[in-house]
Amino acid sequence: MLGKLTWDAIPFDQPIPLAAGAFVVFSMLGMVIFLAVRGYVPYLWREWITSVDHKHIGIMYCTLAMVMLLRGFIDALMMRSQQALAYRAPGYLPPEHYDQIFSAHGTIMIFFVAMPFVIGLMNFVVPLQLGVRDVAFPTLNSVGFWLTAAGALLINMSLVVGEFSRAGWLGFPPLSELKYSPGVGVDYYLWALQISGVGTLMTGINFVTTILKMRAPGMSYTRMPMFCWTALASNLLIVAAFPVLTATFAMLLLDRYCGFHFFTNEAGGNAMMYMNLIWIWGHPEVYILVLPAFGVYSEVVATFSSKPLFGYRSMVIATMAICLLAFMVWLHHFFTMGAGADVNAIFGIASMIIAVPTGVKVFNWLFTMYGGRVRFSVAMHWAIGFIITFLIGGMTGVLLAVPPADFVLHNSLFLVAHFHNVIIGGVLFGAFAGYTYWFPKAFGFTLDERLGKIAFWLWIVGFYLAFMPLYVLGLLGMTRRMQHFDRPEWYPWVLAAGVGALVILCGIFVMIAQLVVSIRTRDQRREPTGDPWDGRTLEWATPSPPPEFNFAVLPNVKGEEPYWGMKQRAREATRLTPEPEYEPLHMPRNSPTGFVTAFFAVVTGFALIWHIWWLVALGLLGAYATFVVFAWRDESEFVIPAEEVARIDRANRAAREAYLTQSQSQTQGQTI
Amino acid sequence: MSRLIRSLTSSRLRQAARVIAPFILCTILSGCAMIAFVPEGLVARQERTILLNAVTIMLLIIVPTGLATLAFAWWFRAGNSRARYRPDFAYSGRIEFITWSIPVLTILFLGGTAWISSHDLDPAQPLPVAGRVLPVQVVALDWKWLFIYPDQGVASVNRLVVPAGVQLRLQITSASVFNVFFVPQLGSEIYAMNGMATELHLVADKPGTFPGLSAHFSGDGFSDMHFDVNAVPQAQFDAWVKTTAASGPTLDDAAYRGLLRQTTNVAPYTYHAVQPGIFAAIIQQKLPPGDGPEPAVRPQQKS
Repeated sequence: MLGKLTWDAIPFDQPIPLAAGAFVVFSMLGMVIFLAVRGYVPYLWREWITSVDHKHIGIMYCTLAMVMLLRGFIDALMMRSQQALAYRAPGYLPPEHYDQIFSAHGTIMIFFVAMPFVIGLMNFVVPLQLGVRDVAFPTLNSVGFWLTAAGALLINMSLVVGEFSRAGWLGFPPLSELKYSPGVGVDYYLWALQISGVGTLMTGINFVTTILKMRAPGMSYTRMPMFCWTALASNLLIVAAFPVLTATFAMLLLDRYCGFHFFTNEAGGNAMMYMNLIWIWGHPEVYILVLPAFGVYSEVVATFSSKPLFGYRSMVIATMAICLLAFMVWLHHFFTMGAGADVNAIFGIASMIIAVPTGVKVFNWLFTMYGGRVRFSVAMHWAIGFIITFLIGGMTGVLLAVPPADFVLHNSLFLVAHFHNVIIGGVLFGAFAGYTYWFPKAFGFTLDERLGKIAFWLWIVGFYLAFMPLYVLGLLGMTRRMQHFDRPEWYPWVLAAGVGALVILCGIFVMIAQLVVSIRTRDQRREPTGDPWDGRTLEWATPSPPPEFNFAVLPNVKGEEPYWGMKQRAREATRLTPEPEYEPLHMPRNSPTGFVTAFFAVVTGFALIWHIWWLVALGLLGAYATFVVFAWRDESEFVIPAEEVARIDRANRAAREAYLTQSQSQTQGQTI
Repeated sequence: MSRLIRSLTSSRLRQAARVIAPFILCTILSGCAMIAFVPEGLVARQERTILLNAVTIMLLIIVPTGLATLAFAWWFRAGNSRARYRPDFAYSGRIEFITWSIPVLTILFLGGTAWISSHDLDPAQPLPVAGRVLPVQVVALDWKWLFIYPDQGVASVNRLVVPAGVQLRLQITSASVFNVFFVPQLGSEIYAMNGMATELHLVADKPGTFPGLSAHFSGDGFSDMHFDVNAVPQAQFDAWVKTTAASGPTLDDAAYRGLLRQTTNVAPYTYHAVQPGIFAAIIQQKLPPGDGPEPAVRPQQKS
């Protein structure tokens, strides 16, 4: 009846996971009860859960990412503390548990922190920057988000029911095959990622379509903001790479469930094939994450330097070059597999070539600041911190691309330090920069600057403390994923890395404090004009938060940096453009399709993991029925009357008018 | 630009220098670490040279770029009335030419280095070391290392005894999951995979003990998968072979099947004789791959 599921699945004899699981379960229950008692459920259902508004979906993606960042970071703290305690000692985490923790850490940080964070930012920002009212397929967008959340839920369920994978974040066979990993851990890993992977692919298709087909009038490709370009490149990579991941996992699932031999030792299976396939997804994945972060930096550096982005065309070429090259370098992840000198050298050189467009980007940010008026806001702190940190990460990356250097560094902590250097210093700093930069757009008030700067310094100091020692450890021959060790020369560096993690922890606390303080003092931080940073792109032309239709009238784009142009013209004419004629707007209706589909996806995934076949059938049927009901809907849109549109837009125009008059009198005052 | 340069010497920039200092420190730190990594073999020595060269070349680009970033950001700060605001400076063909040229030239140079060194240090190629070659067959097991000396007819678990100065031709395979054979002080690491053999050439310059380990996660006992390489003078090696051959168990099919069982922390021991062709039998899977965790001793679902 319940397949493999028995009471043994609950870790009653293991205090740490049990306590962690209980904490998660009770805090979630508590949250649900709190929301129900306070009567927030209908509001949540209407405005968030069933919302197909790209802004709400974007905010939910970012929220998911931040919650999962806490989970992944707790894993990191456990790993660091285990290693700090495990010098010639067993530490407090036995290997079976430690192996789950590093596997979960990697899986969560990439798939459920970095991915949702960049997708969330793209969701929120891209339609606003393109000057349109929504993405191409709003309901699909909601389905994509909820499937990602479903995957995240499944991974967290493994804390309480059963176990998580012990085969690392990429689940290399033969270790991840049934023979060597007979438990349900690898199945949790595979099904969670299959489900969220489908969601990601939907997002990719959605955004490629949106960017290619739905831009404001006059918004030609060469006028698109840099963030949209990077979003396009990133989503093209998603569309090309994620099916590879899904197919690879499907083959491993066939091995595990149906006794196939794709990657087994026996019967002609070839695990090296898995290595190739997973990295054909895995390397582009790095650029899926980092390209949008580059986009954020481009926006932030230009805005806070009060200058257009330097070398826009170079930046576009560099972005698209990275997009293409991303698929040509996967073999550098296993130079040590013995492919031979020619193959290694070619892939090594191909990997280095990526450093060219990346280097160009760095120089262009540099020259964007040149001749500017740089304002050191929190977002700009993250951007400058990124440039410095990424220079080091890029250098060690090129170093690892030299095959003979990789022969002594492969799989060492040097490698671990390198990819944390580019993913924290590149992607996460970018996500934080974007979070600080667009937060006022999303919520109508700014985040506390002082606490933001403290958080930045704690993060950057913590980062260097935590990861520079790992570079050293790698050079001293320490490999990754060690549960204990007995080499005295490693010990001080391991301790130093642990201290770094604690400093980062303080940074996280300060970020939470920043959010709480900012929300409590939101009335003093309100930003009436919708343009707190003197922005240059179209999202700043909308009120904060933007109305659900984004733009009362679609903007007519006359050049690069359209909003900057509009502002300049308004300043010169000392008045806004005349009031447009408002028309009733058709907007997509809310739909619970995403939420319901994801519910059935969780049911199906859980049933597959535990071999509860009747429940699998039920879950699949439910998901299909949801799709049919959605496909048979009669009304897909509702109308916002012209008066309502006019009312919202007039309020915003009034605020901008007031600001314009005020700044006008200020400038006059200065001249006099 | 000239004002920018002049300002670099000004006292106000000393403040900025304080910000820069930690970053420079980090760079130096990684430099020191490379010295801490002491190579004891020809391969490791050459690889370290390549590492250091590549780092030096890149530091020449990266340090000035990092300093320029901080200098530009500081000089063009909003409050600095001496900096000229150029709100429309968004394109310069000359600068763009330079910004593309710098990375292109660097990578051209490094790419050449990579090409040449990949061929020079291909693990499968014999080393330019005079004298005879000692073949050793390596099997990564769950979770221990088996070293077979085909010419001497002996075998050793978790300890690799080799003559110093003699080139080793290592043939490496795995009895179950992937592992990586790695002796950091001797150089190159390479994968151990079931059903195939990879080849690696190493040499220890001088006698000494060098720790080796698995550099690819292989399950719960992975952290204990380390071994010592004892490089000894030739005479001592011959003596070791002689004593080893004198007594101890025999490595045959049955003994190998016993080794396949998952064990950790196995104290080093030796086999006095080796069944001929056993390594080939392992590669050809005539001796089957390991079975993984045994149901009886399999840990609880959740640990």
